[in-house]
Amino acid sequence: MTSWGYSISRPRSIDIDRNDMSYSKELLREYPELQTCIACGNCTAACTAANFTSFSLRKVHTLVRRGEYQGMAEELEKCMLCGKCRLACPRGINTRQIVLTIKKHLANRSR
Amino acid sequence: MKISWKEYQKDIADDHYYYARSCIRQNFFPGSEAAFLHILGNDLGRDILDDARHTSCTGIGYHSDIVPLDTIMTVVARQFALMTEAGYENFVSSCITSFGIYSEALEMWHEFPEQEEKAHEYLYKATGREFKKPKNLAHTSDIIFHHRHQIAAQAKHKLINVQTGEPLKVVDHIGCHYAKIFPKVGVGGSEFPYVLSGMVEAWGGECIDYPERRHCCGFGFRNYLVQANRGCPVANSKKKLESMAPYKPDFIVANCPGCTMFLDRWQYAISEMEGTLYGQDGHGIPVLTYEEMAGLVLGYDPWDLGMQLHQVAVEPLLDKMGIEYDPGAKYLGKNGKFIGKPEDSLIGCYTK
Repeated sequence: MTSWGYSISRPRSIDIDRNDMSYSKELLREYPELQTCIACGNCTAACTAANFTSFSLRKVHTLVRRGEYQGMAEELEKCMLCGKCRLACPRGINTRQIVLTIKKHLANRSR
Repeated sequence: MKISWKEYQKDIADDHYYYARSCIRQNFFPGSEAAFLHILGNDLGRDILDDARHTSCTGIGYHSDIVPLDTIMTVVARQFALMTEAGYENFVSSCITSFGIYSEALEMWHEFPEQEEKAHEYLYKATGREFKKPKNLAHTSDIIFHHRHQIAAQAKHKLINVQTGEPLKVVDHIGCHYAKIFPKVGVGGSEFPYVLSGMVEAWGGECIDYPERRHCCGFGFRNYLVQANRGCPVANSKKKLESMAPYKPDFIVANCPGCTMFLDRWQYAISEMEGTLYGQDGHGIPVLTYEEMAGLVLGYDPWDLGMQLHQVAVEPLLDKMGIEYDPGAKYLGKNGKFIGKPEDSLIGCYTK
């Protein structure tokens, strides 16, 4: 086998057309208040788990909304469901409930 | 401001050309420059000087931050001095990088005349030569484009599938430095370059308008010189190949040495790495230079055009065009001596 010394870089562009957006739409139907999220990151700043790990609810939310689920289940395992993010959210979104809902969906997907 | 691509037209000299070769084309597609000179001199009856004294434009070093601006400016001035000494005024560059370099030098000297003074001074101190700026600067694809109807009138083959009677589907790929730096120096500007599609249409083919048509092939001296960085350049070509494949092109034609090389060679690399082929019936998509395309139209032997050195086999295209060729002569040189045959790839990309 030829040793190339490099591999083909994966594109960094986000191709929404190729992503599975069905769950993103379902989540928005269930929690329309998610549309008011301004991605300020207060949820992540207030997060106890994020103090000790790379967990970021802001990132999880962005990726799920884009239809990118790879590694999400493992990422959400870091959440301790303490609910501090809900207190910090300037839009009053029930972020704790969102985390629970996404976790439930991802568990169903993997079955 | 120009509002339509049709307003981006350029004057292309009709005769008496001073020819500047490309450093890399002679290795990648060695038959193309010889074919250009033969087409111009013999088929079209034009006067063109192939001067052995000129050098590389040093664009590779310039774009890799090794050659400074003053140096490349002086090298460009020397090329122009050789043209002036030979009594020519129309400079023709075989390479897109060089074409960009010459355009950049001329534009810079226009905007900053003191830089032109410096170029005169440096050149005189270094070589004792003096130069005049060319009256007309063109890329070799401009010259073929300019004579496309004359070539069409002498055509032995058209870009038509002889089995179906349908026009061949062609992907035209324009080198970034042709008109993306200075839109005014390209036929059709940077957005709608017509230089290759004009040839394809004149010779009976049909151009494909696919989503990534204007995307860069990924070539760029700084980008690929270091082996470990080549993942990014190959990803660019892959993006283009994936985008064009659903339109089932019969071949790709490019006017830049780097693009032609990349789109051809990367098909082999991608096939070896990932097992993907973008052409039909287990083949790749043949990639031609515009001289090779013109040569085939004019009835040149494909092996005289150097097409045996392509990574992707061209035989499926030759069959579609109804061109007769001797498969046994593919790897024979001019004197009939065997020039060596590449090993077959994992999925037979470059042997028929």
